[in-house]
Amino acid sequence: MSFHPKIEYATFHRSERKLADAGEAFAYTPENQAKFDEIVTRYPPDQRKSAILYALYLVQSQQGYITGAGMRLVAEQIRCTPAEVEDVVSYYTMFYTRPVGKYVLNVCRTLSCALLGAERVTEEFSATLGIKPGETTPDGLFTLIEVECLGACDRAPVVMVNDDWHERLAPGQVAQFVDDIKTRGRAAFTGCFLHVEKKGGHGI
Amino acid sequence: MAFEPVLTKYVREPNAFTLDFYLKNQRGYEGLRKALTLKPNDIIEQVKASGLRGRGGAGFPTGLKWQFVLKDTPKPKYIACNADESEPGTFKDHVLMERNPHLLIEGCAIGCYAIGAKVAYIYIRGEFYHVQEVLEQAIADAYKAGYLGRNILGSGFDCDVYMHRGAGAYEAGEETALIESLEGKRAQPRLKPPFPAVEGLYQCPTAVNNVETLCNVPPIVLNGPEWFASLGPEKNGGPKLFCVSGHVKRPGVYEASMHTTLRDLIYGEQFSQGMLDGRKFKAIIPGGSSVPILLEKDLDTPASFDHIQKAGSLLGSAGLIVMDDTVCMVWLAMNLLHFYRHESCGKCTPCREGGDWLYKLLQRVERGDGQMKDIDLMFGVANNIVGKTLCAFGDAAATPVLTTLNHFRDEFEAHIREGHCTLPAEWRAKQPMLAGAH
Repeated sequence: MSFHPKIEYATFHRSERKLADAGEAFAYTPENQAKFDEIVTRYPPDQRKSAILYALYLVQSQQGYITGAGMRLVAEQIRCTPAEVEDVVSYYTMFYTRPVGKYVLNVCRTLSCALLGAERVTEEFSATLGIKPGETTPDGLFTLIEVECLGACDRAPVVMVNDDWHERLAPGQVAQFVDDIKTRGRAAFTGCFLHVEKKGGHGI
Repeated sequence: MAFEPVLTKYVREPNAFTLDFYLKNQRGYEGLRKALTLKPNDIIEQVKASGLRGRGGAGFPTGLKWQFVLKDTPKPKYIACNADESEPGTFKDHVLMERNPHLLIEGCAIGCYAIGAKVAYIYIRGEFYHVQEVLEQAIADAYKAGYLGRNILGSGFDCDVYMHRGAGAYEAGEETALIESLEGKRAQPRLKPPFPAVEGLYQCPTAVNNVETLCNVPPIVLNGPEWFASLGPEKNGGPKLFCVSGHVKRPGVYEASMHTTLRDLIYGEQFSQGMLDGRKFKAIIPGGSSVPILLEKDLDTPASFDHIQKAGSLLGSAGLIVMDDTVCMVWLAMNLLHFYRHESCGKCTPCREGGDWLYKLLQRVERGDGQMKDIDLMFGVANNIVGKTLCAFGDAAATPVLTTLNHFRDEFEAHIREGHCTLPAEWRAKQPMLAGAH
């Protein structure tokens, strides 16, 4: 419906116009669509919007970041307006609205990590990769981001690379670590509790 | 009397996270079996009698919280488990969920039974993806074994537990903001009242409980409230997880009774084993970054909710951040204000604008461009945030500034007078955070 009798609804819908030039049409792969359909059943039938974060994660896993077209798809799936989706995307820090590298290096910078040298870790990454925090290397491999507390303060300084963790990264090990990722990929990360536990050295 | 860990006894064992291990070693799901033979109200009474206090930060009695959940309503009820552990210095729920996920699931199921809910959502922070995988597997195993789903253990009680992944927002740890985020909106707090117990998730009665709180419920049902209360000082019963981080030899999560003093937690042989490199203790933040600092003279305080409060701080989430004498307190306040400025949800003006303003003032002082009047200005701005926001975030954001100013005003004045950080250069060189800075 329109509030103006002579003007059709959505003739100049603002977010519509903004999203129009944001990437090509986008649809879930059948697997992702199936995953989404399963997740929606976890919430009451009239509360589809609860699945919005999950729907956005699916878009991000498929595209690498979230385009306007991705947001519009989520809006269709959730049955809300694109503006509501954009509202959510712009709030949460784990959604990227610009292309990111293959490995997103999230360096924790909050107190416990900072006490053990997190700021130097970021500097070392900057020097090794030649980028500032927030930037991506020209080869598209690494994006460097400073993030707030990751919740593993006993194993500081912590770096989250995509969804994997690397713990106790001393500033002096950064250059080696970057080389390691390039050659060994995910195997370069210490991972969490179990792996560190085997090496000993920290209480439960 | 030696303290026997309850929640984390087996976390270092291989396969501690599997259902088999849980059933074999931890009397797994016996608490749920016993609970289902009791009346829901009796469970709430037991939890009340045990004196279990919320482990998320506020220390509110869990039994009361459950009792407040509206009973006579046609609406469905919910449990929202707060696993959005984002308070700087806190990492206890991380260990519990990763290594002992079935204890949490059992706690959720008992909680649902007690308040009459059918569904529990575990809201986990987006960064804990590896933890979420462990929990998803554990939930699937519990369904298969009949501890979740329809007609649990033949009692006619139905319960579903679902994971809900957040996406990076500290504010989602506040209970009403968590509910907003669960509903698929921005994680911003609501005006209270109505409290979640009356109008929470989807406008239905909801109990929001921390992970560690729910993990304490199965042992209470199994061993009785007297046992639980006897483990700690009066009104501070039960086992407690302490997260020690910062300049200590052995940082980590330690389970202890709340009789344990802060000094023990820092220097004790079975705990953190003292300061890193034999340096001198300067200050401790005893409950996550949002609480006031304590000094050397306060170290013999038992780490309980009430004792720490008497000493002028809060136990909060029991995230102990230990600092040695190489830490510049202006830098510390600036680091924390960077956090609060970044994480403020932006709903209330005092917190959104005040946090940014404080950060800029601190930056100026840290750079050496500050003036003496900036100190009064910081007091003014901080005091105008405290108590003037919808949630406790505002108070938390102002605290690092107020507490460092109260205890270490001379360091701020020295920065302003000298135009640079006054810590000796050789200390700064030793300190990775300060070497090369300034």
